[in-house]
Amino acid sequence: MTAVASRAARPPARRRRDRGVDPIPAWQWVVGVLVAVYLVLPALIVIPMSFDGGLTFQFPPTKPSFIQYVRFFTDPVWLGSLGNSFLVAALASLLATTVGTAAAIGLHQLTGRLARFVRTLLMISIVTPAIVIAVAVYISFLQWHLVGTLLGYVVAHAAIGVPFVLVSVTSALGGFDPRLLRASASLGASPWRTFLRVTAPLIARGIVTGAIFAFVTSFDEVVIALFLRSPLFQTMPVQMYNSVTAEIDPTISASATLVVVSVTLVILIPQLARLRRRRPEEAR
Amino acid sequence: MTTDLLDLPRRSERRRPDANWLLVLPAIVLVTAVLLVPLGQSLVRSVDPPSWTLEHYLSLFTDGVTLKVLGRTAVTAAIVTVCAFLIGYPYAYLMTRVGPRARSLLLVVVLVPFWTSVMARNFAWIVILQRGGPVNSFFEFLGIPGVVPYGNVSGVTIAMTQVLLPFMILPLFSTLGSIDRRLLLAARGLGSSPLAAFWKVFWPLSRGGVVAGMMLVFTLSLGFYVTPALLGSPQESLIAQLLGQRTTQLLDFAGAGALGILVLVTTLLLVAWANRFGGTVSAIGVVATTGSKGRS
Repeated sequence: MTAVASRAARPPARRRRDRGVDPIPAWQWVVGVLVAVYLVLPALIVIPMSFDGGLTFQFPPTKPSFIQYVRFFTDPVWLGSLGNSFLVAALASLLATTVGTAAAIGLHQLTGRLARFVRTLLMISIVTPAIVIAVAVYISFLQWHLVGTLLGYVVAHAAIGVPFVLVSVTSALGGFDPRLLRASASLGASPWRTFLRVTAPLIARGIVTGAIFAFVTSFDEVVIALFLRSPLFQTMPVQMYNSVTAEIDPTISASATLVVVSVTLVILIPQLARLRRRRPEEAR
Repeated sequence: MTTDLLDLPRRSERRRPDANWLLVLPAIVLVTAVLLVPLGQSLVRSVDPPSWTLEHYLSLFTDGVTLKVLGRTAVTAAIVTVCAFLIGYPYAYLMTRVGPRARSLLLVVVLVPFWTSVMARNFAWIVILQRGGPVNSFFEFLGIPGVVPYGNVSGVTIAMTQVLLPFMILPLFSTLGSIDRRLLLAARGLGSSPLAAFWKVFWPLSRGGVVAGMMLVFTLSLGFYVTPALLGSPQESLIAQLLGQRTTQLLDFAGAGALGILVLVTTLLLVAWANRFGGTVSAIGVVATTGSKGRS
């Protein structure tokens, strides 16, 4: 009613001027909001699911309850797989970050065709379908007796984590002045001391970002993990896979919620910290 | 460029870059031992030495199953690509139009599928799409019973499109953002209708981003394993499932090797081809780690 009244009161010429030269049509906002809902829907729906006491995957929830969380934190199978995932992801991230950072620093100093080729080779897992890697790794690891072992999981996940470290450390090195290395050396520092006192602090954010992504990649990896699993050792994504295929186990909603919320926090916190740090500069 | 004294010793260092290769070596060893050797072994297995035969490759084309599954995979990938384009283009367009605050919000939303856990995401789609789920109930409420996009290609398409949308939207956003909108206003000023101005001026300039995004989405959708396994039906399996099945159930390692090499080579060729349309592939890594558009 009020909209009609104000439209009548206002002369049409003025409204047109208010609209600007190049307005955004309303339908574009509608489409944008619908697409945004589509993008975030799966992440959001697991949260209400996890507070339901039902025995199936029914949505919307009918019986509010914390039973899925109680089950998750008391079932040795779920807890064990969570522990395995943390262990594998931590070790794989450590390994990938160490070798990936070294490689990024080395490749930053190297030029030529061979260096470019090696960089592509190290990045290859990012474009190779996970299933192709999983099948090849599975068959070779069978011969090497690495299937179902902690070592097997760690090296496989570390290898696919290397590209993330390489990319983020390389981009951090973009603003790094190589003359600092010689300055440090000329002042008598060993290469290792130079790395710890000069290089590492300057590229710390790239290293941390790479380590986080290597951790999350391993923690969430399911295809290779499905092939490397054994009754004795499996990670949480594999247990989640079992809970929708072999058994209908709604405990998955609790684990899915925990993963979604913790990964979101891990990724958002550095971003927010960066935004806060940047804000004073923008304000001037 | 000033000839800084500190710059001078650099040339002598260039002649012996051994120390830097030592830094790269551990990563080369890790990736070679864990990825390249197994991939090489499956290549060797596929030609079955010492008989050195191409029989396993030939049988991919003659066994009647592989070609059918390959075709189905390509069709599914094409549908996903078109859907991602139709949904992603207006969204990327909107991103270039709004203010900085709304734009960073829209960008964060685009990146959400990246960090939604694979299993959480697929579980969520099962819940949403299954019989008796919200989608089914919604269409029943509208008086259209029997809409269950679960256990068939439509469910797989819905779930795959959602997670691949960032790979469409981000290249599009960088292309659309670099188009000068005053060209559109000029076209309008010269008497063109909004639609004609878009079609004749804006769309041709945006085609590079469209091609880049579509190549990326198509290539990535060829390798999906978990989503078709959980949301599709076993009767309509895709190539990744066939590969897994040959390995773990049929223990046909040579056949799996040949199929794996075929998928790998196809993917790498598509990637190399896509790279010529503006280097989008290394952008996957950049996008995934920095959350912004790639620079290379």
